[in-house]
Amino acid sequence: MKKYIICCVGLLFSALTFAQELEATVEKDTTQLDEVILIGQRKLSNYRQEKTLSSIDNYLEKSNRITMIKRGNYAWEPTMNNMASQRLVVTIDGMQVFGACTDKMDPITSYVDVSNLEKVSLDSGQEGTENGHCVGGGIDLQMPQSKFYGSGLKSSVDLGYETNGNYKSAGLDLEYVGNKFYINADGIFRKSDNYDAGDNNEILYSQFQKYNLSLQSGYKLSDNHVLDANIIYDKATDVGYPALPMDVSLAEAFITSLTHTYKNDSTRIKSWESKLYFNTITHIMDDSKRPDVPIRMDMPGWSDTYGFYTKATLKESKHSLLVNLNGFYNRSLAEMTMYPNDSNQPAMFMYTWPDIRTLYTGIYVKDGFALTENKTVSVSARFGYHNNTIAEEVGLESLQIFYPGLEDTKSRFLMSLSADYTIKKDEYDAAFGIGYGERAPSVSEGYGFFLFNSFDNFDYIGNPNLKNEKALEANLAANYYVNKFKIGFETSYFYLTDYIIGEVDTSLSAMTIGANGVKIYNALSHASIFDFYVNSTYEISDAFSINGTVGYNYGKGSNDEYLPFIKPFSYLAEINYSRNLFNAALQLHGNGNQTNYSSFYGENETASFAILNLNFGNMFYLKQNKLVLKYGIENLLDTKYSTYSDWNNIPRQGRNFYMNVSFVIN
Amino acid sequence: MKLKYILPILFIALLSTACSSDDDNNIDTPPTVNEVEGLIKIQDIENNNHTIELYSKSGYFNTGYNEISLRIKENTNNTFFEDFTINWMPMMQMPTMQHSCPNSAITKAPGRDTVYQGFVIYQMTNTDGSGWSLTFNYTIDGVDYSITDTISVMQNENQNVTSFMGSDSERYILALIEPKDPRIAINNMKVGLFKMETMMSFPVVEDYTITLDPRMPGMGNHSSPNNTDLTYSSVNSNYQGNLSLTMTGYWVLNLKLMDDMDTVLKGEDVTEEEQQSSLYLELEF
Repeated sequence: MKKYIICCVGLLFSALTFAQELEATVEKDTTQLDEVILIGQRKLSNYRQEKTLSSIDNYLEKSNRITMIKRGNYAWEPTMNNMASQRLVVTIDGMQVFGACTDKMDPITSYVDVSNLEKVSLDSGQEGTENGHCVGGGIDLQMPQSKFYGSGLKSSVDLGYETNGNYKSAGLDLEYVGNKFYINADGIFRKSDNYDAGDNNEILYSQFQKYNLSLQSGYKLSDNHVLDANIIYDKATDVGYPALPMDVSLAEAFITSLTHTYKNDSTRIKSWESKLYFNTITHIMDDSKRPDVPIRMDMPGWSDTYGFYTKATLKESKHSLLVNLNGFYNRSLAEMTMYPNDSNQPAMFMYTWPDIRTLYTGIYVKDGFALTENKTVSVSARFGYHNNTIAEEVGLESLQIFYPGLEDTKSRFLMSLSADYTIKKDEYDAAFGIGYGERAPSVSEGYGFFLFNSFDNFDYIGNPNLKNEKALEANLAANYYVNKFKIGFETSYFYLTDYIIGEVDTSLSAMTIGANGVKIYNALSHASIFDFYVNSTYEISDAFSINGTVGYNYGKGSNDEYLPFIKPFSYLAEINYSRNLFNAALQLHGNGNQTNYSSFYGENETASFAILNLNFGNMFYLKQNKLVLKYGIENLLDTKYSTYSDWNNIPRQGRNFYMNVSFVIN
Repeated sequence: MKLKYILPILFIALLSTACSSDDDNNIDTPPTVNEVEGLIKIQDIENNNHTIELYSKSGYFNTGYNEISLRIKENTNNTFFEDFTINWMPMMQMPTMQHSCPNSAITKAPGRDTVYQGFVIYQMTNTDGSGWSLTFNYTIDGVDYSITDTISVMQNENQNVTSFMGSDSERYILALIEPKDPRIAINNMKVGLFKMETMMSFPVVEDYTITLDPRMPGMGNHSSPNNTDLTYSSVNSNYQGNLSLTMTGYWVLNLKLMDDMDTVLKGEDVTEEEQQSSLYLELEF
């Protein structure tokens, strides 16, 4: 059991199997965690997952606070605390990356794969502002730390197959670790046909195909100085979005960074990390595979980001301080060309994101103060300058149709403050936090031009005059431990002012054929979001354990309407059996009836559902090498269902048999 | 290290070469302003003494509003006159009758010595472009001259001019003047409105109102926001308003003409059933 966990809590896709070395890396992580307190942090250790080749989306979905909005079988959009990407700050190892799709079909999480990452840190609310301003929280997809163990060459191979959708995946990882130099190269390929919902209903346009390549390398300049370089190339083609009227023919990302790290245990400055980065994304929506559309169109989008951060951790008596200075410059451009059915008419063109340049610089400071050995108070603050410029003259003029006299540039100051108190005892632990944060409107909210939202069937127009959205938040979490029983709860409450949401403007005429009308992004004077989770675990014996979670969420605006995409009552129960070389689990997962649905914002009531999953894992040692086998059945009863976060109620996967094989060669 | 020395030398070299070459050109020859810069010749009309050169931005006549520049050349020495008076009479020869079309007086182009300008609105043409002729009557140094020649007027692809009978039983001609280069923006729209008093007389109609509702029939016949009705500008003798175009493509500008008592003379509101007004102009970009 212990050995198994040690083996599992490791570097993702790593070929490292020497237990001692693994422990060493784990230690490194935890020392860092002392300084950056993470809530709900989850390691992406793939050998511990039900599937070694799970997508990042699948990993994220396992967190209580995270729900994935699904528009298809690929590129799910994470929401945290019932807030979607515009209210979160999603970063890759501290790097800002912005999707290039106006319809949120390419969340950042879709441009990296499990093979690129070591762990994901999820920080709820204002605790997530280390890398940027947010109201809902922060998701940082962290890449592996550099390592210089001199362990030599390793490799591993992963293969996966799933019956539902004829889903094939394969991964290869090669790594050389010397004493002063290391290099890691990996690639992963995934391809799926249309999947079947319950009762063998094929979901058309749910196919996808992608590959991801990454190269990470580091050089130890001296005992304290390390230089790392990282390149990720991700390319998805032929991605269907069954919930949307369009598919994606290309989603391509090139993400690169250069990092310098200074570490010294004997000085006041414990670490100092500086990164320069650049990423570019191309996203091409098209509808050429759809036989029946009112009008043919192309919607390409581009997003380029240049940025840096430099962050230092300091320790002085009982204080541990983190300072992070960062900045980025983003260019977001998207356009739409429509081809009239009457071929005599010329193509219709517009900028949907009129070349918006966003410049941000800000500073984050966090101080953790240990009152006693088991009581800690920490405070953090972020201040930033945020500027948007409309670089495209045509784009400025087109927005001036709606906002005569609009200037091409707008600056904002953003602020975020938080404080929390944690207490850790043997039999219980508790944390209480409060926070205040602001965020600037996203490019779509500020400058989008006729963005069609198929969920409520409205065209959306951005509003450059929006105020910053502000959130006051309080959160409380506690866990009690009684023998082998653990029960805990976590809850948070957000009071948002100037809550940005689309508002119908009846005087405007919809552009999209068949749309209900036009919404302008506007702000509700306030809105409240509340969530509450109870988690419990009981270890029946060394091998058997059961755990369960129930959750309740609530969201309402000042107009007395429920907010959209608020999770209904949810529950998860699991029985685990685990031995050193074998494990099995039976999982029950379900939602209650979505009674507080928001018809005002285009939602309909989603019925309750419950599904059963069964999974097994075996591990074999073949001399020095290791074989990990994961297999199971998802949606055992072939239930036909959809959840509240399924765009336009597309049904989810029916019964699925899967098997993943990982072979680690030392 | 080497770069440190090479760079300044490079800079100096670049700067000095950049400075030297400009000086020699414009000292002796006075700047000759090209009077017809940016214009393309449509055609020459000649008599024994003079040649009238006709220019426009496009280089040809088409139906609708034509902004025309012209100058008169002395055939003997190829010089252009700077001072003359001139008027024109466009004429359409039909099988049984002939008629003219709305046109302006011809005045000297601002900032030009030899170029004069005016506009003509051809409301129709034959399919092969034939039928129209232009007669110029002009006076130079107290001597009157006249030239007539046939011209070719091409049918504009879109409806940028329309002639119609109003509910007051008068015939009107309405032509799009601007935008010439439509943009995805709020465009300044200008329209000329003329009453056909006789076959030869087309006075400007003043103080009526033209409502505007642009639509895209290729895209669900959607409209655009913040358009304004066209009102009469006495300074420019035409009708002006705001035209919002939210994207490129084919637009139908649905219009409704109302007189000074707000009586509708022509055109209807666009509705679900009635996708287009009977009074409209077209635009494509």
